[in-house]
Amino acid sequence: MSAPLALRATAAAVGYEGRAVVEGIDVAIARGEALALVGTNGSGKSTFLKTVVGLLEPLAGTIEVLGSAPGRRPRQIAYLGQFHQSALVLPLRAADVVRMGRFSRHGLLGRIGRADEEAVVRAMARTDVTHLADAPLRSLSGGQQQRVYLAQVLAKEADVLVLDEPTAGLDAGSREHYLSIIDAERARGAAVVTATHDIGEAMRCEKTVLLAQRVVAAGRPADVLTPDHLLEAFGVALQAVQHLGHTDVLTAEAAHAHHPHGLPGHQHDHAGH
Amino acid sequence: MRALVEPFQGNAFMVRALLAGVLVAVCCAVAGTFVVLRGLAFIGDALAHGVLPGVAGALLLGAPGVLGAAVGATVMIAGMHVLTTRSRLSSDTAIGLLFVGMLALGVVMVSSSSAFSGDIVRILFGEVLGVSPSDLVQQAVATALVAGTAFVCARPFLLLAFDPEQAEVSGFRASRYHVVMLVLVAVTVIVSFQTVGTLLVFGMLIAPAGAGALLARRVGAMIAWAAAIGVVSVYVGLVLSYHLGYAAGATIVLVAVALFFVVFGIQSARQARQRLGAVPT
Repeated sequence: MSAPLALRATAAAVGYEGRAVVEGIDVAIARGEALALVGTNGSGKSTFLKTVVGLLEPLAGTIEVLGSAPGRRPRQIAYLGQFHQSALVLPLRAADVVRMGRFSRHGLLGRIGRADEEAVVRAMARTDVTHLADAPLRSLSGGQQQRVYLAQVLAKEADVLVLDEPTAGLDAGSREHYLSIIDAERARGAAVVTATHDIGEAMRCEKTVLLAQRVVAAGRPADVLTPDHLLEAFGVALQAVQHLGHTDVLTAEAAHAHHPHGLPGHQHDHAGH
Repeated sequence: MRALVEPFQGNAFMVRALLAGVLVAVCCAVAGTFVVLRGLAFIGDALAHGVLPGVAGALLLGAPGVLGAAVGATVMIAGMHVLTTRSRLSSDTAIGLLFVGMLALGVVMVSSSSAFSGDIVRILFGEVLGVSPSDLVQQAVATALVAGTAFVCARPFLLLAFDPEQAEVSGFRASRYHVVMLVLVAVTVIVSFQTVGTLLVFGMLIAPAGAGALLARRVGAMIAWAAAIGVVSVYVGLVLSYHLGYAAGATIVLVAVALFFVVFGIQSARQARQRLGAVPT
């Protein structure tokens, strides 16, 4: 019997208080694979992620995470949300925040042992915040806080990582470092589900869903992130182009002027611009 | 020096007042820390005032005031839960409605009976000098309950303060632990009202914890700072009230609030010095 998929959404509708934000999501990824949700603000990306981790109930269809209903496997799901309400109030050191990633393994009173502390140290080293371990969270910059939150996710050593705009606030170097961390997580067998505005990040995934309060397209990134689909989703002519090993998204005019060779299979789309 | 110990020499009621105050300070430090961290100050205030009709009703019926306070707090918590989950009202509107409604009901109940002539002052401002040995036992049990529950629920409470969504995703039901937290605040209010009164217990909930938040780098340290500041407030407040004839409960709370501003002033001055030191000359 084969292992269950990391994530399977079938005709899923997600939303708040019975009102669907987006409907008809069909997508599945296995362990070690990645799914990117791309779309405008308010297009349903975060709503879908909240449903995947069990914060919201699906309004229609089904969503399964590791073969179970969302929220049933708290030890195996790690979540990075967009907002942390008490970051400026809470008297916590960075290491304390990362250590919270181990709480789900031990419940109310289980002992946090050496293996947990080692996982915390490893996670902080991976996101390059070891030197900030004793610093109060409220004293850190936005980018540093984001790296601490990412370390919390990594410390959980989960099977499915659900990340809502994980590169928000990160500088270019930190973003590249983040992408290498995600590659390593996938290499160990973790599935990664990300909401992102970063087309380059989406192009690295096995699956992409392009949202604009409806599913514009879903499937392989090269088939989804086409100029036509991007125009449909964002209302602006955009072009994903490769440049020095990275993927950038530019307006069609800029893409044609500076990167005459867009993504494979896309050249014909901007040839006429 | 003599003035500091004299109030407690040969005055059993002052010793009991001190012990009761220390228990209130510890109880309020634990509950108040989470009130401050989670931004629940308005709920704490509403609970502190919302117990008034319960206490008044209990006194009318000849029942213990603590029992009436418990009923009042239960009604408040249930009402807040219903209004915030089943209406589109923001939580502060729902809390405010119940707060003024319960307070008004309490005042109406008190004004309708001549039996309250002395009791109303005791309800509102406490009677720390009239604490009995059985009151002390009650407060000790309640303090142990609050501290023990906070210890057991430390992880979900911390996650709730950090981000309720993280608590939920980590397998700790956020709504459940939110209610547990409210119950701790309610228990604290109920057992503290005898000492500092329903109007002033709110000050003991947030002033020491607020000062602790400014001083501490960890939540455990914040609770410890809050308890220490609360205990000092109780001691200094009792000594001042003994020598100067001030109302004891109000003096205790006044000292706690004053200590908050002392800590705030020292912190602000230190930060200003650091900023000046950072400017290149």
